[in-house]
Amino acid sequence: MTAISVSNLTVRFGQDENVVTALQDVSFEVTDGQLVTMIGPSGCGKSTLLRAIADLAPISEGNIEVFGRTPERARRARDFAFVFQDATLLPWRSALDNVRLPLEVGPRQDSFEIHAEPEELLELVGLAGRETALPHELSGGMQQRVSIARALVCRPRVLLMDEPFGALDEITRDKLNQELLRIWDETGTTIMFVTHSVPEATFLGQRCLVLTDHPGTVRDLYDVDLDPPRHLSMRDTLEFVQITGHLRRLLERN
Amino acid sequence: MPRWRQRLPAIATGCSIILLWQLGVTVFGVPTYIAPSPLQVMAVFRDKADILWLNFLPTLFEAVSGFIIGNLVAVLLAIWFVHSRFAERAFYPIAVFVNTIPIIAIAPILVLILGNGYAPKIVIAALICFFPTLVNMVRGLKAVSPQMLELLRVLSASNRETLLKIRLQSSLPFLFAALKIASTTSVIGAIVGEWIGSNYGLGALIIEATYNFRAPMLYATVILGASLAVAGFTVTSLVERMVIRWKPDAVF
Repeated sequence: MTAISVSNLTVRFGQDENVVTALQDVSFEVTDGQLVTMIGPSGCGKSTLLRAIADLAPISEGNIEVFGRTPERARRARDFAFVFQDATLLPWRSALDNVRLPLEVGPRQDSFEIHAEPEELLELVGLAGRETALPHELSGGMQQRVSIARALVCRPRVLLMDEPFGALDEITRDKLNQELLRIWDETGTTIMFVTHSVPEATFLGQRCLVLTDHPGTVRDLYDVDLDPPRHLSMRDTLEFVQITGHLRRLLERN
Repeated sequence: MPRWRQRLPAIATGCSIILLWQLGVTVFGVPTYIAPSPLQVMAVFRDKADILWLNFLPTLFEAVSGFIIGNLVAVLLAIWFVHSRFAERAFYPIAVFVNTIPIIAIAPILVLILGNGYAPKIVIAALICFFPTLVNMVRGLKAVSPQMLELLRVLSASNRETLLKIRLQSSLPFLFAALKIASTTSVIGAIVGEWIGSNYGLGALIIEATYNFRAPMLYATVILGASLAVAGFTVTSLVERMVIRWKPDAVF
């Protein structure tokens, strides 16, 4: 089943002479349950693409469907959740109450009733015992874990992640990469993951969407042929290095 | 003990000033009607406690009422401004204009309109609180990060939910900064109101003591007024510490 379908998408910003075309004629599909990473040069419209899927950026031409719904209807139905680069937590709320936020706002729907337990989600992201901690008492990595737990609380069918580990140090990032794979495995959620890092895109992705810039177009939707389960040590294998090398060449060929 | 020690220099300086004042007045033989000695002022607190207390209560009432009304109106107006561009454009400039009129000039006008009772004093106290709170509250309500607003959009949160769950809380550090200013200025407002036309209150007592050369009474009244402002500030700061337990992003 198709989770996300983008066809002939063009996104423009500005008016008249100042029009900037961020994305041009982008088409691809993501199958249900897949983890697709997205890389591309800075300013190529990776974030814009993710934000268009999340109904945060306007569509100028073309079409986006999330499980057959328009982004707006999918947003109202809570089909997807978004994880930002910053954890974006409410500083006055405990970790647990931050995870609960999505259950307290937005149109009430029957589907909310089958939400995941916030306590269990904190356990899933490795924060059992820190339920009552306020955000400023948590490290950057822990804050991002809380924001992932919050994204999962309505059991979204799609998780859109916009450089979620971009602001973290490498050690924390490695750890969260591995945990994201575990969470993906346990929840079966479709994930679209934007990153600047080619190794991260390779390590996480089943497929990797490579974009070019000015304007952003799809260069390739590359199948990352690495066998599960994936371990960090895999990054030292010849196979891995060959894939990252290939992706780098795709990025450089402008 | 360490906190007490931290305050020791201030306490010592204060005591020294009072001591110097007492010495100066005695040594140079300054007449009481020009500058009373600290002992004479203390005597007023002992002998005229009933008069001071009777005039303190109206001022307390006016300052507290003005504080509540002025801040409440400012907060409600700020909430309206944040949700309506039109309201902000229509009323913000007028609020700025009203703020530029010196309070001492508005006071007689209000006394003429509202008479000699509590009303004009409360309105003056409210007016003096109003503007700093309005400005800070508008800033505070808007001090939500763009990313937080995007999160709420992804969650399809309504404007009301955004206000109740996010904006109000994130405005609290800004609000308390304004409330601390208002807690002292509301006392000034009440006293200024009593100056213009009143037979009671600390303001009236200041006028009466000045015209009758009762300098010790004047000083005692001033000290009482200042104490009221300090008490208001202290209470506001304590409430702030109880309410804001998190680390606000914007500390200022």
